[in-house]
Amino acid sequence: MAEKIVVDPITRIEGHLRIEATIEGGKVTDAWSSSTMFRGIEIILRGRDPRDAHHFTQRICGVCTTVHSIASIRCVEDALGIPIPDNARLLRNLIMASQLMQDHVIHFYHLHALDWVDLVNALEADPQATAKLARSVSDWSKSGPEYFQNVKQRLAKFAQTGRLGVYANAYWGHSAYRLPPEANLMAVAHYLEALDWQREMIKIHAILGSKNPHPQTFLVGGMARPIDPDSQNALNAHSLARLRDLFEYSRLFVEKVYIPDLLAVASFYKDWAKIGGGVGNFLAYGDYPMTPDGGFEGFYFPRGVVLDRDISQVFPVDQEKISEYVARSWYTYDREDQGLHPFVGETNPLYTGPDPPYDFLTTDDKYSWVKAPRYMDRPMEVGPLARMVVGYAGGHPEIQQAVDALLKKLGVGPEALFSTLGRTAARGIETLLIADKPVLWLDELADNMARGILAVHNGEKWDPVTWPRDAWGVGFHEAPRGALGHWININDGFIANYQAVVPTTWNSGPRDAKGRMGPYEAALIDTPIADSRQPLEILRTIHSFDPCMACAVHVLDGEGGESVQVRVS
Amino acid sequence: MAWNEAPARQGVPEEILRRWERKGVSRRQFLQFCTGVAATLALPASFIPKIAEGLETDRRLPVIWLSFQACTGDGEALIRAYHPPIDNLLLDVISLEYMDLIMAAAGHQAEAALNQAVGKHAGRYVVLVDGEIPLADKGYCTIGGMSALEVARTLCSRAAANVAVGTCASYGGIQHAAPNPTGAAPLADAVPEAGNVVRLPGCPCNTENLTATLVHYVTFGRMPEVDLLGRPKFAYGMRIHDHCQRRGHFDAGQYAAEFGGREHRLGYCLYKLGCKGPETFHNCPSFEYNEETSWPVEAGHGCIGCSEPVFWDTMTPFYLRLPNVPGFGIETTADKVGIGLAAATAAAFAAHGVASAFRKKDRMEAEKVKKED
Repeated sequence: MAEKIVVDPITRIEGHLRIEATIEGGKVTDAWSSSTMFRGIEIILRGRDPRDAHHFTQRICGVCTTVHSIASIRCVEDALGIPIPDNARLLRNLIMASQLMQDHVIHFYHLHALDWVDLVNALEADPQATAKLARSVSDWSKSGPEYFQNVKQRLAKFAQTGRLGVYANAYWGHSAYRLPPEANLMAVAHYLEALDWQREMIKIHAILGSKNPHPQTFLVGGMARPIDPDSQNALNAHSLARLRDLFEYSRLFVEKVYIPDLLAVASFYKDWAKIGGGVGNFLAYGDYPMTPDGGFEGFYFPRGVVLDRDISQVFPVDQEKISEYVARSWYTYDREDQGLHPFVGETNPLYTGPDPPYDFLTTDDKYSWVKAPRYMDRPMEVGPLARMVVGYAGGHPEIQQAVDALLKKLGVGPEALFSTLGRTAARGIETLLIADKPVLWLDELADNMARGILAVHNGEKWDPVTWPRDAWGVGFHEAPRGALGHWININDGFIANYQAVVPTTWNSGPRDAKGRMGPYEAALIDTPIADSRQPLEILRTIHSFDPCMACAVHVLDGEGGESVQVRVS
Repeated sequence: MAWNEAPARQGVPEEILRRWERKGVSRRQFLQFCTGVAATLALPASFIPKIAEGLETDRRLPVIWLSFQACTGDGEALIRAYHPPIDNLLLDVISLEYMDLIMAAAGHQAEAALNQAVGKHAGRYVVLVDGEIPLADKGYCTIGGMSALEVARTLCSRAAANVAVGTCASYGGIQHAAPNPTGAAPLADAVPEAGNVVRLPGCPCNTENLTATLVHYVTFGRMPEVDLLGRPKFAYGMRIHDHCQRRGHFDAGQYAAEFGGREHRLGYCLYKLGCKGPETFHNCPSFEYNEETSWPVEAGHGCIGCSEPVFWDTMTPFYLRLPNVPGFGIETTADKVGIGLAAATAAAFAAHGVASAFRKKDRMEAEKVKKED
């Protein structure tokens, strides 16, 4: 008999997400993804100075901090036709790369790992055997029996207090946990090490942009961090040396801890390479301009679309083909059987869900604050897997090599990519690929400095009197969670209209007018559930997308029903 | 390593140091942490043993972190904590009973863990809140089917103390900015039952100020002394401008005029590029961020006043210099300026309550600055 279950709050994510699912015969037969919070940032942007917009949009998310700043300054620069100095391109690449690495490592250890790693079971591990295991997968220096003994002891003391705090009442001992105690202990040790690592390596953001979270350094037209080898108040040779150290520290941890752990854990869960496939369509805007002109043809991560898991063909991206539906979201359109392009979109919020406190949403009607974006009228998955699939299908040599190497190590074929495990593995692959790049950009920066090229900001169009009366622009970014786009209309020097369509909107969106599921929902279908009271398996697939709900939340129209062209995503 | 050995135990009993060593925290780490907390709170060294005693494991403070309309920046800030490091904080200093960002349990199990903690520690736990609570419609933020308001009421009214982490929970932040579409309200406004909320504004909150506040509570059994706006005096008693490393340039009349220009590269004052340091009370110049690595003005971008009440409306446009900045003497106190700002904002909301008031005001001030220039 079918049983409907609720998982709310979905923890170890950014924000407020609720999953309702029907379970029958030990499997998920239907699923609904709902965002239960929204704020209204784009409406707040109207009438403000477009040069301020990135400070506002940055606060869309404090986890993937920086990504909405970058998309914002890019859309204003696009609208006003402002090229940026080469140093600004390099500084942005360095900030984006460190953000991606930090975000992905935190995701793996602190948000996702406990779906696969049984913390309590680690207490049964033999430190000697753990050391042996650790040394068999990596030559990372912290791998002696004493080290693991200390971690185990610390864990045991903590458990003995009887107060497990944030680790209390989880699914420990669940039958779907499959790692031996030693692998659990190794992963727990690295969970703690990664806490240190993320805190230390993100000093990169402080050096380049004052602080993290929410670095304060982005500018329309460039960056605010001055560069000058002869000043102690600018990025100089000393700062470059510190950055080199921190990026090397970052790379080593990715290469010697994150990736070996990913492979070790994955090898026990290969059946998850057949679960959680989802919609099978992938969208990537591409990013990391490698050439001074900044054009997308020179992006490290390529732009493209792959449909129906067919990796024999990559289609170009045309933003005109994006539309959003609200048939199952708490908004109204005049004609809800149609989707609307962001430029002609409407946002008329109308909460028609049950009055809280409630047990179930009305899932046969509207059930989320997230709209349902579609590309060529199809649901699309965005994120690390989309980037790797688009790169792999397009013949990107480094992506192909890295993906093939990983598939070989796990003994699976490319079809394994389209799964919960594939999504989690793709995140690791791209972290490894990006970890090599900062040293190149630091070299270029040093070269510019040596040649006296010190500009970080193009101020020619800083003054609004230089702007056209009416300007429109689009800014794209490949955020850690996927394809991000901001659209702006500047009128008379102020923001007339601002829109963002965000990765988690693509992935977590509900059904559309034709009843087609969003990627989260589609990925949950057929997921095995051993115990419907402890739906650990649902968390695995949902976490594999790395949800970021504050990003996905749509704008609220303050006038209560007035039709506006603004949306949040 | 004389600096390491000279202060010896700082008067901290040997048995306490041994206990921490057994937990994997070296005596040096532990003493550094206690000394750092004393410095942050501007306490003399004689308080270090008291701080050490306050941190004993069996007295771990039950803490509940609630996140409402927020970007999670404050939660992310917490996991960058240095003093103490986040792993020590979680395992040894406090008992974090609930925090949806990192907790292992989800759904019903997460709710059960929360209820269990509340039942066990009623009247003794501390609630940390980030984000705001929407009052226009309960459907704008629900957790486990409960409205944010109901969750906050239930949990904050039974807490020993409530702390607003970040500007959103303290005074209203990004979603509170005009025209405040969701009727977002800071904790103290939405939940009067929360009592005297200690406010740690900042976007995000400087995690050093949060850990120092928690340790203060653990050590002394009460929250630190606050100003009239509810901010601990140890962190918000001085203007950014008062301790800014670029202050000498301000006094000498040396200003950066454009980003990346010579004066900007040499570290001149950012006042003309819009710096709001003269009207912002925060300890950024002293404690900086990410283990004292940097802070906005040091890194070349003006202060945006992110710890001031409703700064999204009162401090924008960010790149226009402040009009009528007074002589920056000692004639004005933190309380006076802070109250002035809050009162002006409250009046503006009361009188207009709509975005247009702010947009007009921005433009008027923009014109004024242009004329003065």
